[in-house]
Amino acid sequence: MAPSDGCEGCPAHNAANLLKLGVDMQDWNYVVALAGNPNTGKSTVFNALTGLRQHTGNWPGKTVSRAEGGFEFGSARYKIVDLPGTYSLLATSLDEQVARNFILFGQPDVTIVVVDASRLERNLNLALQVMEITDRVVVCLNLIDEAERHGLKVDERRLARDLGVPVIPTVARYNRGMDELVKAIHEVATGEVRPRPFKVRSTTGVLKSALEKLEREILQLYPELPNVRWVALRLLDGDEDIIRALRSGELGNLFQMEQPVEEQRQTLMAEGS
Amino acid sequence: MNNTQTVTADEILRSAQELRAEVGVDFHEKLVEAVYTDAARLADRAVTRPDQKARFDLDATIDRIVTDRRWGFLLMILLFTLVLWITIEGANVPSRMIANLLLDTIHPWLKSLAAAISMPWWLDGLLIDGMYLATAWVVSVMLPPMAIFFPLFTLLEDFGYLPRVSFNLDALFRRAGAHGKQALSMMMGFGCNAAGVVATRIIDSPRERLIAIITNNFALCNGRWPTQIMIATVFIGGLVPAHLAGLISAASVVGVALLGVGFTFLVSWFLSRTMLRGEVSTFSLELPPYRPPRFWQTIYTSLIDRTIYVLWRAIVFAMPAGAAIWLVANITIGGTSIAEYIINFVNPFGVLLGLNGVILLAYIVAIPANEIVIPTILMLTVLVTGVDTGAGAGVMFELESGADMLSLFTAGGWTLLTAVNLMLFSLVHNPCSTTIFTIYKETGSAKWTTVAALLPVVMGFGLTFFLAQIWRLLAAL
Repeated sequence: MAPSDGCEGCPAHNAANLLKLGVDMQDWNYVVALAGNPNTGKSTVFNALTGLRQHTGNWPGKTVSRAEGGFEFGSARYKIVDLPGTYSLLATSLDEQVARNFILFGQPDVTIVVVDASRLERNLNLALQVMEITDRVVVCLNLIDEAERHGLKVDERRLARDLGVPVIPTVARYNRGMDELVKAIHEVATGEVRPRPFKVRSTTGVLKSALEKLEREILQLYPELPNVRWVALRLLDGDEDIIRALRSGELGNLFQMEQPVEEQRQTLMAEGS
Repeated sequence: MNNTQTVTADEILRSAQELRAEVGVDFHEKLVEAVYTDAARLADRAVTRPDQKARFDLDATIDRIVTDRRWGFLLMILLFTLVLWITIEGANVPSRMIANLLLDTIHPWLKSLAAAISMPWWLDGLLIDGMYLATAWVVSVMLPPMAIFFPLFTLLEDFGYLPRVSFNLDALFRRAGAHGKQALSMMMGFGCNAAGVVATRIIDSPRERLIAIITNNFALCNGRWPTQIMIATVFIGGLVPAHLAGLISAASVVGVALLGVGFTFLVSWFLSRTMLRGEVSTFSLELPPYRPPRFWQTIYTSLIDRTIYVLWRAIVFAMPAGAAIWLVANITIGGTSIAEYIINFVNPFGVLLGLNGVILLAYIVAIPANEIVIPTILMLTVLVTGVDTGAGAGVMFELESGADMLSLFTAGGWTLLTAVNLMLFSLVHNPCSTTIFTIYKETGSAKWTTVAALLPVVMGFGLTFFLAQIWRLLAAL
């Protein structure tokens, strides 16, 4: 995909990348990725958003392949891609690779991370990793009824402030909070809300300096890469897909994400006025 | 790094490699630790626990019982027996009602309609006695048990029981040299082997994934449940007083399913010590919280997703199969139908296995879908025995009760051994063509697909042959 060729004004600016990942963006304005730990009700959220009835099950690993659906909000049409449920994005298993590569190379307009409110600590691990890859994150704080049943109270405002992304409490099973979730997706997709996600900082010593060194070098080659630290991390880990993308220069295309959206927003505003 | 403008991708990769050596092998742990530290801190800030005192934890109490070393297994077996018993007992009445409608009412009506428009006999036979009857049979035999079994199974699944099953079985899988998550793909296999094979994607190690794929066929899939349930009801249930029949039939089906689990372990053990040697990898399995299933929605989705889906698949395969069966039964060469030629040809081999030619031919016809085994066996048995059912050769007919079916099978030379071996062979034979294709897609290897397809058939032949010899030896005493 040549930079900026016909990309302005086309909301599905990364359509070529998405097509390569098997997502047909014809007739869709935005693509939304759905990530989350296994068994957090990710498929239930998917069903609630799309009105589809993909079978859900109460066990981890239910969704192994990718499901797709869509919904409309305002005048925009959203395509949702349900990624396999994973505990992290750092391992070599196929499901994590699928989720990881989709968020990085597919550049979804919004990535929803479904987290289980009653197991927040473990679930935030994945949210933090997703937030390393992309800024455009909405956290869906699901199963708050279950958390309450266990006597837990989650302060979603504080969480949203700490994470720097919208946090929407939901009970997807009973459709609670879904309207708010759709609204948050819309706001992030259109750029009305620009999340400033928290980045992992507890790295220390050798690791920290190694990452910084690698980041500097990558930035020399691709000065506008938005998620340079994630790329550095993956290179350090020897991720074949990233190494290939670096060699082929595909990585260089990824910075486009921020610009066209900004332009598009300006166009929208110009039209509106 | 001397020249800031011309740093190349290769240079970056090289320094990544150098740095990798520098940060050491525990790089991953350090990184994960950093993420965990931040996640823990953030979570701690956001979550408040109003009542800190230890409360009675229902989930933990249930877990203590269902994952207990002794009770866990017992409970597992009891639960699955209960589900099957409800299925067997509950399916009788609706099955007869559907049969009355489709076979007693609509079939004669179609026949008279065909006669009224003077349809040629062969077209009438092919369409109505072949395709329509095969389909009607599949619907009346399969719909009621599936409409009961799948929702029950799905309710258990939604409640959160399946991961506990996998927890219970984990130690056994590990000892067999397989991955503990194989328990989950096996559970999926009880629904559909093709789905089970896809579900093995949750297993990271290619070696353990192959083991899971090859052994998935030993999970009794829903296309085979009706065969098991029907043969158990007619033969095994018939051995005991009527009020125990349902329970004993259910128990014998559970026995076959458990035997399948046993074969899964055995074959996994064998593979991990011969063709697929290697270390067992560790993994963490989350026991999800128990959730009250949303009853009606579960019923609805399991009816739509599983029952109707499987039934539709069965119908799609039953129609051409019905036509094929009618044709082989009615095209004669020198006064003998093609079906009889084939049956007579494979019969000696079948008898050697404690089965018969009819069953072997039915399994050849049923390669696309296990669901049509029983209807095919019935049609072919009628053809061979010439039992007068008021219908022509190769025509499916209605059997009012298990007793009718028993008398038909007896006329076909069946014994208890035939029934038991049919149940075993139904468990241990080649996967259906859909599953074979899925295995090929998932492994991308013709070699492993062949192994997965042939290993069970060879085992099935061996098993039934062995049992038949012992049985006959004991009978001769």
